Amino acid sequence: MIETKGLRKSFRSRQGRETKTVDAVRGVDLVVEPGEIFGFLGPNGAGKTTTLRMLATLIAPDGGEATVAGADLRKDPAEVRRRIGYVAQGGSTWDEVTAREELVLHARMYGIGKAEAHARAARALAAFQLTEYADRKCKTYSGGQRRRVDIALGIIHEPKIVFLDEPTTGLDPQSRAHMWDEIRRLRAEGMTVFITTHYLDEADALCDRISIMDHGRIVAEGTPAELKREISGDVVTVGLSRAATPTAAQLLDTQPYVAKLETLDEGGLRLFVDEGATAIPQILRTLDGSSIDLTSIELHRPSLDDVFLTKTGRSLRES
Amino acid sequence: MKLARDTWLIFQRQTLLLLRNPVWIFVGVFQPVMYLLLFAPLLKPALAPMGATSDAEVYRVFVPGLLVLIAIFGGLFQGFGLIAELRAGVIERSRVTPVSRLALLLGRSMRDVVSLLVQAVIITVLALPFGLRVHVADLLLAYLLLALIALMTSAVSYGVALLVKSEDALAPLMNTVAQPVLLLSGILLPLAFAPAWLRRVADWNPFSWAVDGTRALFAGDVGNDAVWQGLLITVMLAALAVVWAARAFARSVR
Ligand SMILES: Nc1ncnc2c1ncn2[C@@H]1O[C@H](COP(=O)(O)OP(=O)(O)OP(=O)(O)O)[C@@H](O)[C@H]1O
Ligand SMILES: [Mg+2]
Repeated sequence: MIETKGLRKSFRSRQGRETKTVDAVRGVDLVVEPGEIFGFLGPNGAGKTTTLRMLATLIAPDGGEATVAGADLRKDPAEVRRRIGYVAQGGSTWDEVTAREELVLHARMYGIGKAEAHARAARALAAFQLTEYADRKCKTYSGGQRRRVDIALGIIHEPKIVFLDEPTTGLDPQSRAHMWDEIRRLRAEGMTVFITTHYLDEADALCDRISIMDHGRIVAEGTPAELKREISGDVVTVGLSRAATPTAAQLLDTQPYVAKLETLDEGGLRLFVDEGATAIPQILRTLDGSSIDLTSIELHRPSLDDVFLTKTGRSLRES
Repeated sequence: MKLARDTWLIFQRQTLLLLRNPVWIFVGVFQPVMYLLLFAPLLKPALAPMGATSDAEVYRVFVPGLLVLIAIFGGLFQGFGLIAELRAGVIERSRVTPVSRLALLLGRSMRDVVSLLVQAVIITVLALPFGLRVHVADLLLAYLLLALIALMTSAVSYGVALLVKSEDALAPLMNTVAQPVLLLSGILLPLAFAPAWLRRVADWNPFSWAVDGTRALFAGDVGNDAVWQGLLITVMLAALAVVWAARAFARSVR
C-alpha cells in the first residue's frame, strides 16, 4: 500500500543571522501492507510528522521515492491526494462552523455531490458518536470531540489509506480506548491505517506492525511481538540515586549474568538478563558488598521501551 | 469546470464565515459610512479652488476616491484571516484534498470582491441624497475597476500572508505598502494641485491611474483616456497577483 525508498527531508531555519539545517528525515525505507494498522513510534522531533507530510503530498521530499496507494508520489501527487486521507497532529476545523458543515464541505472538496456529501456526513457523525453535537459550532467542542471530527474528516471520502498523526494525544483514557476501537473498525472495513504515536502501550496494543523512528531514521521494524522477542530473557530495573548509579554500573557490568546494561538518565539501571528469578538474588548480593543503597528492584518482560533503549541507548519514557 | 465548482465551494464557506462574524459586518459597513458623512463635508472648502463648490461636485470627486481606498485597504488586510486559518490547520486540510489550488485563492478573493461591491453600493446609495449623480453604465464600469483592485490587493495580501505566516510580520508590511500608495494616489485629494515632482512620482503608482479612471467615470467621461488606461493596468496587475498567490497556495505551507 505504501513503499518508500530513501525518503529524505531537511529544513533550513533561520536563527538570528545564522541559517541552520535540520535533517528531519534521513533516508526512510518503509513497506506498509494493505489492511494493516501500521504504527510509527518515536520521541518528539524524530521526524514522524515530516514523513507523513511528505507521503500526504504536503511537502516535497528532498530525495528518495515513494508509491502511495499505487500512485507515484513525485510524478502523480494529484492521484495520491485522491486516494488518501490525512489527519494532522494539530486541529483542522474552523471555529465558527458546525461539524456537519465541515464534513459536507470536506466531502465536496473531494468532488462528491451535494446529496451524497450530506448522506456521508450523517453516517460519519453517527459512527463517531457526534450526532448529538453535529449542529453546534466546533469552538464549543471538547478536545476529544474535536479530535473525532478531525478523524471523521480524514475518512469522509473513504480513502484506501488514512494517515493519523497522533490521533490520541490529549485524550483521556476512556476516549483513547474509544479511539482505538474506531481505528480498529476502519481496519475491519478494509482501510489501511498509518498512525504515529509516542505511546508505547498504544503501539503495542493497536498496531499490527510498527517502525521505531529516532533522529530521522528507522531503527527497528516488525510486529510488536517480534521486536520484543529480539530481546531474549528478562529485564531488571534497579532504582538508585543519581550519585550511586555510576558505581553500581561499574560493579554490575562485569557480572557474567548481565547480558547488557543501560544507565537511566534520572538515575538507576536497566539490566538485560537471561533469567530474572535467579538474577535478582545475585544482583542484591553484588550490591550488598558495597555501600550502595538501592531504592527499588523490579523484574519485567521486555517492553517496546526496552527495544527502543537497546536500539538507541535512550529510553522513550525519558525523551 | 472543476475550477469553477471548487471556487464556488470555497467562496460559500468564506462567505458563511464572514456572515457569522457580526463585528466584521459592522466595521465593514460603518467605517466607510463615517467617512462619507463626517469627512466629506470637511473637504468642501479644500476642493473649492478646483471649482468643486456644490455638494454634488464635492461628492463626485470624493466618493470615487473613497471607494478605491476601501478596495485597497479592505484587500490588503484580508491576509490576517488567512493566517488564523493557517494556524487552525484548515489550509493544510484543504491542501491534502484534490481541490484546485487556484480555487483556494479565488474563492477567498471572490468573497472579498463581493463584500467590497456591497460596501460600494451602500456608499453610492448614501451619497445620492447629497446630490451625487452617475450613469448606471459608467457606475458598473467603475465597479468593475474596483473589483479588479480588490482582487489584486487581496491576492497580494494572501500571498504575503502565506510567505510570512505571522500577523506580527504582516501588519507592518501591509502598512508600509499601503501608506505611500495612499498618499501618492490622490485618493483623498486629487493630485491636480500637487507640485510637478510629486505628480511624476505618482505616475508610477498604478492606483493613481485607477483613481483617475474611477473619477472620470463618476464624472460621466467614459471616453477619457484615464478609463481604459486604469482598466488595463489593473487587469494586468490583478492577473499577476492571482498567479503569484495561487502558486503560494500550491507550495508547501506551514
Ligand atoms: N517547517 C519546518 N521548519 C524547520 N524545521 C522543521 C519544520 N518541520 C519540522 N522541523 C524539524 O524537523 C524535526 C522533525 O520534526 P517532526 O515534526 O517530523 O517530528 P515528530 O516526530 O512529528 O515529533 P512530535 O512527536 O513532537 O510530533 C524537528 O527537529 C523539527 O523541529
Ligand atoms: Mg509530529
